[in-house]
Amino acid sequence: MQSNKRGMFDNFPLFPPEASTLAGEVDLLFFFLIAVAMFFIVLIFLMVTIFAIRYRRRSSDEIPTQNLGSLKLELIWSVVPLLIAMVIFGWSANLYFKMARVPDNAMDIYVVGKQWMWKFQHPEGNREINELHVPTGRPVRLTMTSEDTIHSMYVPAFRMKQDVLPGRYQTTWFQATKPGTYHLFCAEYCGTQHSGMVGSVVVMEPRDYEAWLAGDTSGGSMASRGEKLFNQLGCVTCHLPDGSGRCPTLVNVFGRPVQLITGEQVVADEAYIRESILRPNAKLVSAYQPIMPTYQGQVSEEGILQLIAYVKSLAPAGQTGQTQGTAPGGVASPGNMGTAPGPAPALPANRSNQ
Amino acid sequence: MSEASTRLAHHFDDLKQQKEATTLGMWTFLITEILFFGGLFAGYAEYRSRFPEAFAHGSHHLDIVLGTINTAVLITSSLTMAMGVHAAQLGRRKKTTVFLLLTIVFGLVFLGIKAVEYWHKYEEGLIPGAGFGLQGEDRQQMLFFAFYFLMTGMHALHMVIGVGIVGIIAFFAWRGRYTPDYYGPVEVTGLYWHFVDIVWIFLFPLLYLIGRH
Amino acid sequence: MTTHALPTPQDTVVARPAANYLTNGFGLKSWLLTVDHKRIAILYLISITTMFFLGGFFALLIRLELLTPPGDLMEAEMYNRMFTMHGIIMIFFFLIPSIPAVLGNFLVPMMIGARDLAFPRINLLSWYVYVVGGIFTLSAVVFGGVDTGWTFYTPFSTTYSNSNVALTAVGVFITGFSSILTGLNFIVTVHKMRAPGMTWFRLPLFIWAHYATSLIMVLGTPVLAISIVLVAADRLFQIGVFNPAMGGDPLLFQHLFWFYSHPAVYIMILPAMGVMSELVTCFSRKRIFGYTFVAFSSLAIAVYGFLVWGHHMFTSGQSIYAGLLFSVLSFLVAIPSAIKVFNWSATMYKGSISYDTPMLYAFGFIGLFTIGGLTGLFLAATSIDVHVHDTYFVVAHFHYIMVGGAIMGYLGGIHFWWPKITGRLYPEAWGRFAMLLIFAGFNLTFFPQFVLGYLGMPRRYHAYPPEFQVLNVMSTAGASILGLGYLIPMIYFVWSLRHGELAGPNPWRAKGLEWTTPSPPPTQNFDVTPIVTEEAYSYSKEEPEVVGGKHSASASLR
Repeated sequence: MQSNKRGMFDNFPLFPPEASTLAGEVDLLFFFLIAVAMFFIVLIFLMVTIFAIRYRRRSSDEIPTQNLGSLKLELIWSVVPLLIAMVIFGWSANLYFKMARVPDNAMDIYVVGKQWMWKFQHPEGNREINELHVPTGRPVRLTMTSEDTIHSMYVPAFRMKQDVLPGRYQTTWFQATKPGTYHLFCAEYCGTQHSGMVGSVVVMEPRDYEAWLAGDTSGGSMASRGEKLFNQLGCVTCHLPDGSGRCPTLVNVFGRPVQLITGEQVVADEAYIRESILRPNAKLVSAYQPIMPTYQGQVSEEGILQLIAYVKSLAPAGQTGQTQGTAPGGVASPGNMGTAPGPAPALPANRSNQ
Repeated sequence: MSEASTRLAHHFDDLKQQKEATTLGMWTFLITEILFFGGLFAGYAEYRSRFPEAFAHGSHHLDIVLGTINTAVLITSSLTMAMGVHAAQLGRRKKTTVFLLLTIVFGLVFLGIKAVEYWHKYEEGLIPGAGFGLQGEDRQQMLFFAFYFLMTGMHALHMVIGVGIVGIIAFFAWRGRYTPDYYGPVEVTGLYWHFVDIVWIFLFPLLYLIGRH
Repeated sequence: MTTHALPTPQDTVVARPAANYLTNGFGLKSWLLTVDHKRIAILYLISITTMFFLGGFFALLIRLELLTPPGDLMEAEMYNRMFTMHGIIMIFFFLIPSIPAVLGNFLVPMMIGARDLAFPRINLLSWYVYVVGGIFTLSAVVFGGVDTGWTFYTPFSTTYSNSNVALTAVGVFITGFSSILTGLNFIVTVHKMRAPGMTWFRLPLFIWAHYATSLIMVLGTPVLAISIVLVAADRLFQIGVFNPAMGGDPLLFQHLFWFYSHPAVYIMILPAMGVMSELVTCFSRKRIFGYTFVAFSSLAIAVYGFLVWGHHMFTSGQSIYAGLLFSVLSFLVAIPSAIKVFNWSATMYKGSISYDTPMLYAFGFIGLFTIGGLTGLFLAATSIDVHVHDTYFVVAHFHYIMVGGAIMGYLGGIHFWWPKITGRLYPEAWGRFAMLLIFAGFNLTFFPQFVLGYLGMPRRYHAYPPEFQVLNVMSTAGASILGLGYLIPMIYFVWSLRHGELAGPNPWRAKGLEWTTPSPPPTQNFDVTPIVTEEAYSYSKEEPEVVGGKHSASASLR
């Protein structure tokens, strides 16, 4: 598989590229920690070395003066490290909130991990395996699930990692800043080909990305695929758009609160839709009968994501801040009129599958 | 006195130290048991809060009559055990033996009733795993039954071990081994037995009494 | 300077006492049915050393595979079994027992002036339980191994793995009880068997460290046991506890598992810290600086250690608020360790420092544990951890603490107490040489892994991108040196049993009750229960009366 016969030292990086908005902030905190660590390491190293030399035993019977302790010193070297630790914690927590809060104008990408590959779906319909194309300059929200074991989607260049679990959705986000091709790894041990579950994230300038998107003409958008499934699986027979069926309408449902039979209210988000498909009686909508059968085993995780995209498309105002392609087949893009794409970034061969 | 002093192990200074060490040892062991069952209780708590209805329905499948009888049996066995410890403290050889044997009897009754309950569950197809009989939405109850069998099974295993230990202690008691100066083994066996009883006191409402008013 | 302040130099006592615990009965039965804590310590020493070299063998294969980017030495499935077995054996069968089961078993009674532990037969039982657990786990190895990683994450371990999960789980479950019994024994012993005058605050800090370790052993190990029971039950009977399709939650396993496995790392380091206090005081000839602080920081580490398990799960999907709580607590748990390092350094200040091998290991420990501990701060910071979790950064961090810290502490302790245990001295020049080799090999092995981790190389990877090769080659080179370094003491220790210079009761002129007995000690440790009148490490006091030493009849010199 290896086509490069170059020597070991030809490419010998010591630091990962910074290719996302938060990567630089993570690195800054990292360097601060290195400074703190170096300070204490040098301090201890010097202390111990100097003491070991200066106070080395000179005669076999000598007994040094004893010193039992000093409350003052104990307090100093407890409180000072504690304060430093709290500074680090505060800084880190602040950055962590930024990592956790998805910006409002994020575009969606849907991710399904399985042994041993990554499957990506763009709302516009493009599907990728082990390679993910994204534009610079826009936050990207990843909604992810696993078909089998726990995996973890890790892009070192973005300083981004999120475990991907079966049976639920995990969300994370990034905003790419530098075009290029970056490693994508699975970072949670998942079996035999765990180290083969790797790929690339290809970051492109926005117009190149639009061109790339338009280049895939198969299948239609996620929402349109979802609509097809909606009809095929018979959902449409009960979930009539006007609400006259035996089940609630799904128009304008996504992102809005739903009243349950137990009296509590939940927001109809991705997780809620997924659960309602697989375990319909878990959260029954009030005033409706529990007649919906489960679709467990009849629809794949990708299919569920397509159904969710379809339901999302029925509630354009209910999606918090999402402005990308919701209309079937359409691509919302800032001002692109199909200019010629730039040169495709060099894509190293997918080196990992043994 | 020489009878008792032969019970003094070589590394202890006196019987008092030996007894204190033995008792502290058993308390420490019981704390490990609390943590052991605690893991199961933690798992139970998480899943019950997630699937309250499935747990309630599962609970209704359990035989509350047999469960209540078992609770009474076990509490009574703790009573006889305590009386056995007391008799040993007073050096009453026959009484000690009788109470310990009664404790064993009650313990075996408990285990017998448990076996009957398990058999019923088997007949109803409620053993978790491939042969679980409930389908559809009711299949969710399998988690309840997983915890039911794990928790009561672990408890039953401790009961079996306990019956064995009480049997050994009863035998030694009958042989006159325990005196007012040396009855530590009876006392710590009692501690163990009471602990196993207390675990059941928690298990019973958590498993049998969900949603019953 | 007082003239009678040191224990008698050893040149007045050269003969090995004829009657000691080693000569008290010969033959397999006298060893396999012993209740003498010292013999049980030797039994453990042999078992864990065997396991160490087995686990080290797996490490060697791992590092050989990682010399080149593609997975060309072995199949992926085999590699996965290698790192799993390396972790399981090193953690459960070497590190966790190591210091407590060998040095703790040997020394705890002696240091407090007792004739044995509180429950000698339970002590022997703990060894047999360890052996039975080891047999189960080794048979899993023989039958092809297990490939889940030592962490057994679900649902891979319960549903998807094709390896001997249940058999290994049974082995680990059983071995856990060995830990629980040892901890229980130590707790009762320290509470109830101290000699007259040995108050809590006169105890050697080795005892405080082992007491704190024992608290963790008895409180944490049962939770691991139940996690393993759940995994085995889910795997064997498909009961669905961790299977999302049945409503189960894979994260529940992680919470239960790490609730034990984080405190477990303190089981591995606290005893080494206890050894450190003994070494630094002896080889600086000073009382420990800040005794109370060091003693209480052991307890603080034990308590805090139970509150931080979620820092292994920052990217797992737990809530960000839980993550932040675990993060701040994880920063707090670093403070008691820092206090100890400062106190050891202050003990050396204006001391009388000698460079014997045990002290070299102590220096190594201080340096490497400091580095390892500080890298823990990186991991406690959630926003950094997101990047380095599950990468070689974590691997480097824990090896700095467990190998650079715990194993160096263990080796320092073995060297220090070897004369007491065997009555022989090891060759000092070889001791120092091996230590330096180990120190150099260790750093070359694991420092590049910090860089690899930040670069993004995930752990448990059989093959990796070519640009990571140089650092991997450095690491493997270091591992070879480290392995060689570990072999050398094996050789000279065995050599010393026959040919080593005879040690007297106290070759290091150390304070501590164990040094008042002959080397090797008699079976009952002390002919007359000592009465303690001085504080720990009181190097400026009058020489304590040597009980059972050269003046005592039981010493039977010549």
